[in-house]
Amino acid sequence: MAEPDARDLPEASPGAHRLRWGFLVWVVPIVALAVGAWLALESLVNRGPTISVTFKTATGLEAGKTKVKYKDVDIGTVKSIVLSEDRRNVIAVAELTPQARGLIVEDTRFWVVRPRITGGQAFGLGTILSGAYIALDPGKSKESRRAFEGLENPPVVLSDVPGRQFVLRADDLGSIDIGSPVYYRHVRVGQVVSAELNADGKGVTFVVFVNAPYDRYVVRGARFWNASGIDVSLGAGGLRMETESLASIVIGGVAFQVPPGVEPGPPAATEAVFDLYKDRETAFKQVYTVKDTYVLHFRQSVRGLNVGAAVDFRGVPVGEVTRIGLDFNGEHELRPVVEIDVYPERIAAQFRRRPGAERPEVRAQTLQRFVDRGLRAQLKTGNLITGQLYVTLDYFPNDPKVRIDLAKAPLEIPTASGGFTELQSSVENIVHKIEKMPLDEIAVDLKNIVATLDVTLRNVNALVERMDSEIAPELRQTLETARGALGQAQGALSEDAPLQGDLRGTLRDVGRAAEAIRNLADYLERHPESLIRGRREEEGRR
Amino acid sequence: MSAGAAAMGLLRCAVCGIPNRARAGARLRCGRCGSPLAARKPDSLARATALLAAAYVLYLPANLLPILETGEIGGARSPDTIMSGVLKLWSGGWWPLAIVILVASIVIPFAKLAVLTWLVASARRGSTARLRARTRLYRLVDVIGKWSMVDIYVGALLVGLVQFPPLAGVAPGPAAIAFGAVVVLTMLASRAFDPRLLWDAAGARRG
Repeated sequence: MAEPDARDLPEASPGAHRLRWGFLVWVVPIVALAVGAWLALESLVNRGPTISVTFKTATGLEAGKTKVKYKDVDIGTVKSIVLSEDRRNVIAVAELTPQARGLIVEDTRFWVVRPRITGGQAFGLGTILSGAYIALDPGKSKESRRAFEGLENPPVVLSDVPGRQFVLRADDLGSIDIGSPVYYRHVRVGQVVSAELNADGKGVTFVVFVNAPYDRYVVRGARFWNASGIDVSLGAGGLRMETESLASIVIGGVAFQVPPGVEPGPPAATEAVFDLYKDRETAFKQVYTVKDTYVLHFRQSVRGLNVGAAVDFRGVPVGEVTRIGLDFNGEHELRPVVEIDVYPERIAAQFRRRPGAERPEVRAQTLQRFVDRGLRAQLKTGNLITGQLYVTLDYFPNDPKVRIDLAKAPLEIPTASGGFTELQSSVENIVHKIEKMPLDEIAVDLKNIVATLDVTLRNVNALVERMDSEIAPELRQTLETARGALGQAQGALSEDAPLQGDLRGTLRDVGRAAEAIRNLADYLERHPESLIRGRREEEGRR
Repeated sequence: MSAGAAAMGLLRCAVCGIPNRARAGARLRCGRCGSPLAARKPDSLARATALLAAAYVLYLPANLLPILETGEIGGARSPDTIMSGVLKLWSGGWWPLAIVILVASIVIPFAKLAVLTWLVASARRGSTARLRARTRLYRLVDVIGKWSMVDIYVGALLVGLVQFPPLAGVAPGPAAIAFGAVVVLTMLASRAFDPRLLWDAAGARRG
């Protein structure tokens, strides 16, 4: 074939082109720009605050995954977890949604929700499946904040729970823990929020939260006490057992109430401070403003006497024992010493009536007068089974007089030995006496006596035999003779015996004679002149 | 006038391939098949520039936004960008796959963008340096451009296969769309670019 010639090629013909769409291509980048800008803007706008929360450990937290939730709504994600600069803590940086902005304020609290059991309730069990998350409790402040210190344990009370907090002071923890319930009349009205040792180590301070509306029952006059476990007390009064609830037995508890007879007063202020008494009895005990302290020295053992034991006067409680110790007096004598508190207000009538009775000197004089009359302190057994003792004051008029040293403080009340101790000492004496008795010699003597008795008995036996054989027949004869005599006497004295008939006749005569004399006496009484003149009837007749 | 068919008064039809006897000018049709005739791709540089610009714009979200989200449905989800996905694969021991994705999703798109930009710029300038190399480069870019879609392919497979609700699942992220768009746009840009423009400059120099 011949080489193609350019002339064989077709001729291009003019024709309409399509519309030039060249410039339309610029729509593409413009759209792309718009999309990109929109994406960027959206992510910027959707970006909420970034916060950092410091925890002790990052257990359960994962960068990029762990969520931050409030009321179970996702409000953010942990973006990164790093060690703090001093490598003691872990800092979790989280990005939150814009709607969380209002929640991140000065006193917002963060904690990690993991499964835990406190205060008798289980929390956060869902996190076993879904993984731990960070929860928050928004604060009430208006200032926003970006760096927080996370709590190691969830707060006991969330900030949106209505109610008030109060502060309690106690000597020791007493098996109360964070989360322990607070009771009012056995109704659970709140819980213990914190329990911490005081800075000086001399006590424990609790913070309790009482839910509304029960917080209005916390008045100035209310008393708080430790209602944990079971109160078992064995004292001079006997066995007593008290408990608040089954829960409080296991996890401890605090109860409060206004003691009967105490003025309730106005509602207590928030964060008001109260003392935590160790049990209901102590809390309800009336607090007396006036108290006298006295000292007692005893010669006997004070085992069985406890601090807090009652002091009574003839059965009426007037005070309590506050201290028991040993005292060494000048004469090289070691004695137990007991300090007691007496509340004059309990002797209420006395206290109110006497003017000036509040002054200590007056009371000292009064005490001297009592002691002069025989007031003594004595230890008595309150409970024979446990041997608990208590102190009783009473009059012992026969005790020798004692002069109180009014210069000593506290004043000393003289003591008398106690009833049971007397019994004890008497028994001891008897035992001594029995010990002293020469029992061996007595035994020997007894043996001799028995031997002698034996001999005597044998003699008596012989005598009796003789009696039987010799004396008896004679006696029989005598008896018969006596019987005969008696029969005769009987005959003489029987009803129809002549002796009796004679006697009777004689008596009759005597009676007639007596009658005649009586008549005469009567007549003479009426007519005494007849002694001289004779009988008038006879004259009249003559 | 540069060397080439146009200098000889011929214009090759892009559709049926026959050279047409033509005078320079616009709006000509092929004598045989009737399709529009043009010496060079119309608005080649403008189109290439526009498409490259769009690709650049979408390149940022493609790499910054997560391309895949793995994790429990309704629970903690772990979003991954392309880079973080590569790193996870590498640290997980899947280093061959990591290398493939690294090359296909990060190296190649970036290289395409860079090369095309350079080619367009050099064509505008009329530079004559290394023409053969540049042409070869253009051909390389054109051919392998579509292989960047491997990443999208892997993502689609994962989303389709790994679904164990409620325990685990894979979901595509917003970067998937952006990345797909970037690949498509660069492919379109390389199609729009007319490499004969490079040689035009050389011809102009000589001629």
